[in-house]
Amino acid sequence: MIGLTRHLPVLPVVLPLITGAVLLLLAETRRLPRLLITLSSMLAQLATAIAMVWITSDLVPGIWPEGIGVYAIGDWRAPVGIVLVVDRLSALMVLVNSILALASVVYSIGRWDRMGVHYHSLLQFLLVGLNGAFLTGDLFNLFVFFEILLAASYALLLHGGGPQRTKMSLHFVAVNLTASFAFLLGVAMIYSVAGTLNMAEIAVRWRAMSADDHNIAEAGAAILSIAFLVKAAGWPLGFWLPGAYHAAGAPIAAMFAITTKVGVYAILRASSLLEDASTPFGGVWLYYLALATMVYGIVGMLASRQLTRLVAFVVILSSGTILAAVGSGERAMIAPALYYMLGSVFATAAFFLLTGMAERLRQAPARLEEVAVTPPPTYTAFAVGEPPDPYSPDDEVGVALPAATAFLGLAFVFCALLVTGLPPLAGFIAKFSLVAAAIDALPAPGSSGSSFGSEWLLIIALLGGGLAGLIALSRVGMRLFWSSAGRQTPRLWISEAAPVAFLILICVALTVAAGPAMTYLDSAAAALDRPEAYIRNVLGLDDGAGR
Amino acid sequence: MEIVVALAIGVLAASGIWLLLRPRTFQVIIGMSLLAYAVNLFIFAMGRLRVDSPPIVDAVSGAVDLARYADPVPQALVLTAIVIGFATTALFLVVIIATRGMTGTDHVDGHERDL
Repeated sequence: MIGLTRHLPVLPVVLPLITGAVLLLLAETRRLPRLLITLSSMLAQLATAIAMVWITSDLVPGIWPEGIGVYAIGDWRAPVGIVLVVDRLSALMVLVNSILALASVVYSIGRWDRMGVHYHSLLQFLLVGLNGAFLTGDLFNLFVFFEILLAASYALLLHGGGPQRTKMSLHFVAVNLTASFAFLLGVAMIYSVAGTLNMAEIAVRWRAMSADDHNIAEAGAAILSIAFLVKAAGWPLGFWLPGAYHAAGAPIAAMFAITTKVGVYAILRASSLLEDASTPFGGVWLYYLALATMVYGIVGMLASRQLTRLVAFVVILSSGTILAAVGSGERAMIAPALYYMLGSVFATAAFFLLTGMAERLRQAPARLEEVAVTPPPTYTAFAVGEPPDPYSPDDEVGVALPAATAFLGLAFVFCALLVTGLPPLAGFIAKFSLVAAAIDALPAPGSSGSSFGSEWLLIIALLGGGLAGLIALSRVGMRLFWSSAGRQTPRLWISEAAPVAFLILICVALTVAAGPAMTYLDSAAAALDRPEAYIRNVLGLDDGAGR
Repeated sequence: MEIVVALAIGVLAASGIWLLLRPRTFQVIIGMSLLAYAVNLFIFAMGRLRVDSPPIVDAVSGAVDLARYADPVPQALVLTAIVIGFATTALFLVVIIATRGMTGTDHVDGHERDL
């Protein structure tokens, strides 16, 4: 048991890596063994993530001091070696990731995993990148994991083929490659003055820098934050997102709902570690940029005619909301923002999965035809025979779902409630606690300074986002479910409906168990507020000797 | 030497960014490659520019004077960055060729600009 917990932090990286590699060895036609391997690996990853969250919570003291587990890869201690660090925030992100991936894998059994080759391997490699990015304690290693997840997401975006996807991939790859260069520039500049890549040690040395070095390091951090903001789709760096997410296949778009949160996570981590060291992370400009992102998301939602595009703008809005909470500098807003993130990631992912099924409400939808024109080029490249026609109903496997339209409508309503933050679901609790924290942060009436606190802007944007989401979603929902032109009863399969129900149920559980969840998130936010514990544990310093 | 390296990085980055903003996919990928060169040189320069100093400590000598050696970390970083950049550029090339085949144009938007 002790041996296993010691190696727990590396499992979320190693498990999908091995699974992805093993899946490469099995031919595409051997579906059953491939599915069994993927599913058992996903369950193992979920168990690992749950174990990590459980150990980092305050329920089990003693295994990892202060809820921080450090794993020295190859037993090379920090700052010489590369370390993986589990704290409450990263454990939580890994858990969210595993839940989403499980839902996405189950969803794609129906047809998506046959629309191109190596789908499951690529998904596993995406998980390697995501989990690694959440866990690593090394700046350059973060870059490497970013690239792994990006490389996998390039291929996944192309999955299924078609001119639309290829065109959007072109933009997606170009933007993200350029962002990777910005990432490298930032890392190199920080290294040149800090002399280390270990994030905890950078935080220590940041405070001891001369003024000249400090300028270079700050410029590096600013360039680095551009890379993070591109990933998090912060305005004006997020124009690539709606087109790409609109073009991606439903289960892939659902996974992409969390890849934007990697950028948010990186900014949150950097702002925590370099908190009192006057950095560009978490400054005033981030706050206003985040507000602009929210406005962009709101306007985009109102302007969208297709559901996928609308949900893509919801992703932008949720990125903006969390970034605004980070940028406001109010520590009380971090825990509600994390809660909001949980709800919005699950809800948007469920929404993306839902859109894949809702498309079948309409006869001969234009978008599907367009996609189906060209067979995936990968099939010919890998010579695995003719691809199955992904849209012929006979080709689907699984059990048909009774009352399909009712299920779709109900799931749509649940997702809409979650996304817009209406009671009684988790979205409401999240927005309510965010607004409450923002009101608490307002300057008291009659106190010195301007009476119009900048928090008002956030409150207005939050409420406006809910209203705009409601308007846009009811418009699209009415057209989708109520207009009778060309409507047909879709054939849904249990394996497609179950993941959506699973994600919605998790949101419901999050609502019911809001108390324990908030307690955990509060302690996660408190740990972010006190980076000393992180630094001390990573560098293996004794109490008091740190910093 | 500093001015030469700085100029090289500057010229590479400037032409890379200019090409990146051009409408043809071929220009974009060449711009991307030039930008990658600039970034790699930049990382390398961040380990300080020095002549005649090896990055690997000589095992024979007894007492090691670290000041005589170059910083090996940026060189390792450059190596990783080159590999990753190379792989992603290759993938980008595949996407570009696929787009060209599917849309029949080499414009980055998949269609010629409406005049």
